[in-house]
Amino acid sequence: MSILINKRTRVICQGFTGRQGTFHSEQCLAYGTKLVGGVTPGRGGEQHLGLPVFNTVRDAVKATGASATMIYVPAPYAADSILEAADAGIELITCITEGVPVNDMVRVKAALAGSGARLIGPNCPGIITPDECKIGIMPGFIHKRGCVGIVSRSGTLTYEAVFQTSRNGLGQSTCVGIGGDPVRGMNFIDVIELFERDPQTEAIIMVGEIGGSDEEAAAEHIRRFVTKPVVAYIAGVTAPAGKRMGHAGAVIAGGKGTAEDKYRALERARVRTVRSPAELGSAVKKLLGGKAAVSLARPAAVAALRPAVKSKAKAKAKPRTKTPRKSSSNARRKATPQRVAKRPAKKARRHR
Amino acid sequence: MNLHEYQSKKILAEYGVPVPKGQVAASAEEAVAAAAALGGKVWVVKAQVHAGGRGKAGGVKLCKDPAAVRAAAEGMLGQRLVTKQTGAAGLPIERVYVESGSEIARELYLSLTLDRERSRIAVVASSAGGMDIEAVAEETPEKILSVAIHPAAGLNPYQCRQLGFGLALAGTQLAQFQSILMALYKLYLDKDASLIEINPLIVTGDGRLVALDCKLDIEANALYRQPALAALRDVGQEDATEHKASEHDLNYVSLDGSIACMVNGAGLAMATMDLIKLHGGAPANFLDVGGGATSERVTFAFELILSNPKVRAILVNIFGGIVRCDLIAEGIINAVKNVGVKVPVVVRLEGTNAEQARAALGASGLAIIAASDLTDAARKVVAAAR
Repeated sequence: MSILINKRTRVICQGFTGRQGTFHSEQCLAYGTKLVGGVTPGRGGEQHLGLPVFNTVRDAVKATGASATMIYVPAPYAADSILEAADAGIELITCITEGVPVNDMVRVKAALAGSGARLIGPNCPGIITPDECKIGIMPGFIHKRGCVGIVSRSGTLTYEAVFQTSRNGLGQSTCVGIGGDPVRGMNFIDVIELFERDPQTEAIIMVGEIGGSDEEAAAEHIRRFVTKPVVAYIAGVTAPAGKRMGHAGAVIAGGKGTAEDKYRALERARVRTVRSPAELGSAVKKLLGGKAAVSLARPAAVAALRPAVKSKAKAKAKPRTKTPRKSSSNARRKATPQRVAKRPAKKARRHR
Repeated sequence: MNLHEYQSKKILAEYGVPVPKGQVAASAEEAVAAAAALGGKVWVVKAQVHAGGRGKAGGVKLCKDPAAVRAAAEGMLGQRLVTKQTGAAGLPIERVYVESGSEIARELYLSLTLDRERSRIAVVASSAGGMDIEAVAEETPEKILSVAIHPAAGLNPYQCRQLGFGLALAGTQLAQFQSILMALYKLYLDKDASLIEINPLIVTGDGRLVALDCKLDIEANALYRQPALAALRDVGQEDATEHKASEHDLNYVSLDGSIACMVNGAGLAMATMDLIKLHGGAPANFLDVGGGATSERVTFAFELILSNPKVRAILVNIFGGIVRCDLIAEGIINAVKNVGVKVPVVVRLEGTNAEQARAALGASGLAIIAASDLTDAARKVVAAAR
């Protein structure tokens, strides 16, 4: 299990024949992503990288049955491409493009509300389920199948978290880079909600940064609804107010959006925070105790072991005992308010 | 991108928003001539800098005769204005704006900007105009009124009424307020604004609404479709190093410390600054060299970093993903050779071919300190800067 994408996910690429689209499509194919074609208006009917090119997303979906897309078109065309994908019934839209005007995204976000589509990005590295499906620009080889769900506003900091959890043997269930723009698709809460219900995910790493209040909102959500251990790092403690730090959304405005505020909110929610990104891997390992080796060896049994994760003592007392998966998920539902457990369950089913 | 007040007001006027009559001047003579052309008996001379808080810093002068206008302009032009928003160095005053004086009955606050939580453009209004709006929000939040605009529905009259009645406007003022708001929202979308702030929006002695000040920011990502606005950019108001970096598509922000950093990725670049601080040092800059990190980019980045005389050590922190670390190491070696780096350079490379990269750095014969991980890198660079 994983969230949003797996080895059966059929993916297309918008901006397929462009330089970025070509390069990253090749990389995704090499990783094993089920890329089934691409879209470049005016080039329909051609073959590119041994795959069919279509004029419209609608044509591509009709011919390939794709349910996911990755977008590499230049910023002026990104909003149009996202809306085209949603209109064609694509369920998961990942927009890698950087520099999309905010006012375009305000329009797109409103248009997507109420549609069946989920958007990741823009200005993000994408999403990957290790050994199954890579949609985006992240280096595939640093990932390792495992039990940590990672959600982050920053690309390279995601790689740091991935690298550390691969090296210490925990691995990742799915990693989602939600992007560095102020108006974006999926947010921390949306992803964390999915991780909470995903049997493979045993712990969550969240990487935030200055600007906005999405980390504070996530903290409140975690406090109320999340039973799995969460480790968080916030970048930008030393960032000066009023300056945009690379990402369009990374700016402290009007005294709001400081790293300290975010840390405080997360700590109030009893999230394990780290002040150095170098400690993400070790912190999550510590929270999980000795579970890693087991989860890696028998990924299918991860869900069964979940109840033991909560208490270290219990975990030691009965390791590798196979509890029926059903009871474990029932136990989790009880702990979570029903409306929260139910609503996303419906949404997520579409992506399986 | 920031615009000057005189540029912003010209655009407001084009959209039918009432502003005082005014003229821009680059010399005291021009300022006096502007006052004569405007007529009247009271003028306001305002320093044109990209920062708020001008009034308290002496950048706004009320003048009752042409000699006072001359004196005010002479006192400002060629100086640097230090306000609470500029930092200690201040910003150069190259132009002043001479305006007809207005009789003020009430001062209101009005702005349009992105509400990040709702992903909508929001209008904020307050009866506490002419003050620091952040302080108003902090101390008297009940005085802050706000409506969010759904992009499909647009700004509607009921929303304008809601704000207008909230500001205790009535009769023709209410109608005027609505037409101003509608115009501002249109302007916001047409010009790809990220902020329109009118503080204060005044009610004049004879009951008219007038935008007495205006701050208009245009979203940098949308400048490609706003060529006329892009031409209004005043690089004299920008940090010279930051401007030079932006010309090479590098994200650079000047800071006060002594340890320079060069990093790929904005998040990792911020994290690197934080790590330096965590280990007792102080970062000299934020610098994201992007995913490419080619030899040319790295060379230029070194030049940029070294233009800051306060730099006593450099930390290069690259997570090589799709770009191979050995290629990046090559770029660093070339850059250090070509640029002639005199301060210690600590390099942390991780990712693809990191081992080969470290070997190459070690064999280069240059004074490059290789670090094994993030923590090691931070410790070494802080030690090197001492």
